[in-house]
Amino acid sequence: MNERLEIENLHVAVEGSEILKGVNLTIGRGEVHALMGPNGSGKSTLGYAIMGHPSYEVTAGSIMLVDADGTAHDVLEMEPDGRARAGIFLAFQRPMAIPGVRLADFLRHSVTNVRDPDRKEGQELMPMREFRGELKDKMKELSMDSDFARRYVNDGFSGGEMKRAEILQLAMLRPRFAILDETDSGLDADAVRLASESIARIGGAEMGILIITHHEQLLEHNIPLKTHVMLGGRIVESGGPELAAELHKQGYERIRKAYPEAAAAEEEMEAERRLEPAAS
Amino acid sequence: MATDLQESSTLALGEINKYDFRTDTPTVFKAQRGLSPEIVSQISEMKREPGWMRDFRLKSLEIFNSKPMPHWGGRIGVDFQDIFYYLKPAEQQGKTWEDVPEEIKKTFDRLGIPEAERKFLAGVKAQFESEVVYGSLQEDLAKKGVIFTDTDTAVREHPDLLREYFGTIIPPSDNKFAALNSAVWSGGSFIYVPKGVSIEFPLQAYFRINAESMGQFERTLIIVDEGAQVHYVEGCTAPMYSTESLHSAVVEIVCKKHSRCRYTTIQNWANNIYNLVTKRAVAYEGAMMEWIDGNLGSQLTMKYPAVYMMEPGARGEILSIAFASAGQHQDAGAKLVHAAPNTFGRIVSKSISKNGGRSSYRGLVKVEPGAKKSRSSVVCDALILDDKSRSDTYPYIEIEEQDVSIGHEASVSKIGEEQLFYLMSRGLSEAEASTMIVGGFIEPLVKELPMEYAVEMNRLIELQMEGSVG
Ligand SMILES: Nc1ncnc2c1ncn2[C@@H]1O[C@H](COP(=O)(O)OP(=O)(O)OP(=O)(O)O)[C@@H](O)[C@H]1O
Ligand SMILES: [Mg+2]
Repeated sequence: MNERLEIENLHVAVEGSEILKGVNLTIGRGEVHALMGPNGSGKSTLGYAIMGHPSYEVTAGSIMLVDADGTAHDVLEMEPDGRARAGIFLAFQRPMAIPGVRLADFLRHSVTNVRDPDRKEGQELMPMREFRGELKDKMKELSMDSDFARRYVNDGFSGGEMKRAEILQLAMLRPRFAILDETDSGLDADAVRLASESIARIGGAEMGILIITHHEQLLEHNIPLKTHVMLGGRIVESGGPELAAELHKQGYERIRKAYPEAAAAEEEMEAERRLEPAAS
Repeated sequence: MATDLQESSTLALGEINKYDFRTDTPTVFKAQRGLSPEIVSQISEMKREPGWMRDFRLKSLEIFNSKPMPHWGGRIGVDFQDIFYYLKPAEQQGKTWEDVPEEIKKTFDRLGIPEAERKFLAGVKAQFESEVVYGSLQEDLAKKGVIFTDTDTAVREHPDLLREYFGTIIPPSDNKFAALNSAVWSGGSFIYVPKGVSIEFPLQAYFRINAESMGQFERTLIIVDEGAQVHYVEGCTAPMYSTESLHSAVVEIVCKKHSRCRYTTIQNWANNIYNLVTKRAVAYEGAMMEWIDGNLGSQLTMKYPAVYMMEPGARGEILSIAFASAGQHQDAGAKLVHAAPNTFGRIVSKSISKNGGRSSYRGLVKVEPGAKKSRSSVVCDALILDDKSRSDTYPYIEIEEQDVSIGHEASVSKIGEEQLFYLMSRGLSEAEASTMIVGGFIEPLVKELPMEYAVEMNRLIELQMEGSVG
């Protein structure tokens, strides 16, 4: 069987309130999946939970990384850095600024650890020359100015620059499985096209990719094997690329009608959110 | 615990050992423990000083005895009678590297000074215990009339120049520790840069404390003449001892019209050291004085570099970094005095507290009457790494003039969970991620350091951060 990332019956809570209510999703290496769904339905939450964000508590279910020979690794047992070293990558919807840390320095560290998962703290980093050369090539492919790597990580980046920096990291880290959380938002039309091409080239047959998006353009060069729709913390429907086109054009009316239970959960979550400011 | 260098054994043992060794050095003369007019006279005599200096010392001792301990800052637990006030490691000061005694050389070798010199230095003065034993200054600088020597030598060889300024910027009556230094001072650098001469490379000195219960009281005087420029760098790494040690330096700087002086210090003291330093510069018309001050280690550091802007157009900048870990209190800050119109000041202070360490920013901006159109800005940022640690800010502002602009910003932050997660999601361990965030926090100051010091500073921070995440 194929290498895969297997998510089963995943329940995730934030500050005690349940956001994901039983997500099932399996992504094979080399496959592209699209994840769509209205704002607040839980898409980013899924990404965070897969990556191991400490505020997102998995209350039930499992996430397994399965090797080609069938060996399964329990992702939930790993720290976020362990997950990265195991080959999982999350391109953030809103990447964090790390003032004073240069993108190149951070990436050199990161690339070293991910490529040599057994590296201990303080051991040699990837040789500077080799790293610089590779970084330069990758930046060129992404039409990025090489000076950009000298800037502080996401500090004062424009929306588009942040997303390009995430794609650059994807290109350098070459994970086995990547979750791209709205990597198209903030990019202008040309940049989205370039991103779509780049992701296809970086991914190739080597990566399993989950593309979270509200649009279609990113999927142009990354034809999804499956499109999933999330509503109220569950994946309620899965289909082919045509589903993405439909949702993009017609919105979530039909879905909400077809899955009243999930739509109710969505409303409940919204109501809870409205209460929050009063409660705190 | 990361600052306890002996215990942080994981990665760079060689690197760590570099900072933790003693050499057996034959001590030629060792004064008695304690403090008395006799001991002070004896020090002066050993140094074959002129009468005025002996009198200056004795007078300072009286002032020291008459002043109470400061009641602010940190707790100073020093028994002044239990300290050696003077130690002379060798009779002669080495002229070239070959002349330096073997044991002392070994110490310096391990500090990497000769290599550093070959690469970067215009001149090296290395202080071992109380005397400068090795000094060199590139010939062309000497030809231009630049003087770079230890202060003891300057008393003998440049008495008039030295006497004109010595003790005028920081008189013994300034504070108890300035008085103590004035009574028992030894070593330190004396620099004179003549009119219009600018020195491209930083002048550097290494200071070390290498004997138990030995106070180090170096005394530095820098005179930058009109239109001249100099960057002086002082680095400090002390080996570790169990008994308490006292370091109390005095640094006086005169920046004449349109001159520029930058004084960079990185101090990494052993955890038992009391580091009580008085640093002050006066800047005249259009002159620029910058203090860059990094404080790591020590049990208690009290240090507030000052710039007195005496004439129009003078500028003062003070950039400081403090890192306080377990058992350490960094009470660091800055002082800007606007004594003339159109003067500009800037204070940037960054502190990091970890493992129960405590750091305080204590700063004063003073604008005297008539100092119109003066501007000052103060930014102090504190980063606290855990709940055991502490950070305080004591900003004092005294303004006696209407037409001025003074800004003050302070922030205290904890290492953000979101930042940590972002870095860890890219494969960095929690410790690596924290170290990186801390490095980024101080980067705006580190990039002001000369290259090799920036590298050193980052490595010291890494050592401090080691094992900080459990
Ligand atoms: N850290 C958090 N603290 C509080 N609530 C959170 C947190 N993260 C997510 N939530 C809540 O969980 C729900 C799902 O959020 P999530 O970000 O996963 O939605 P999304 O599907 O990615 O939406 P969008 O399309 O707007 O990006 C929302 O109600 C959101 O407010
Ligand atoms: Mg989202």
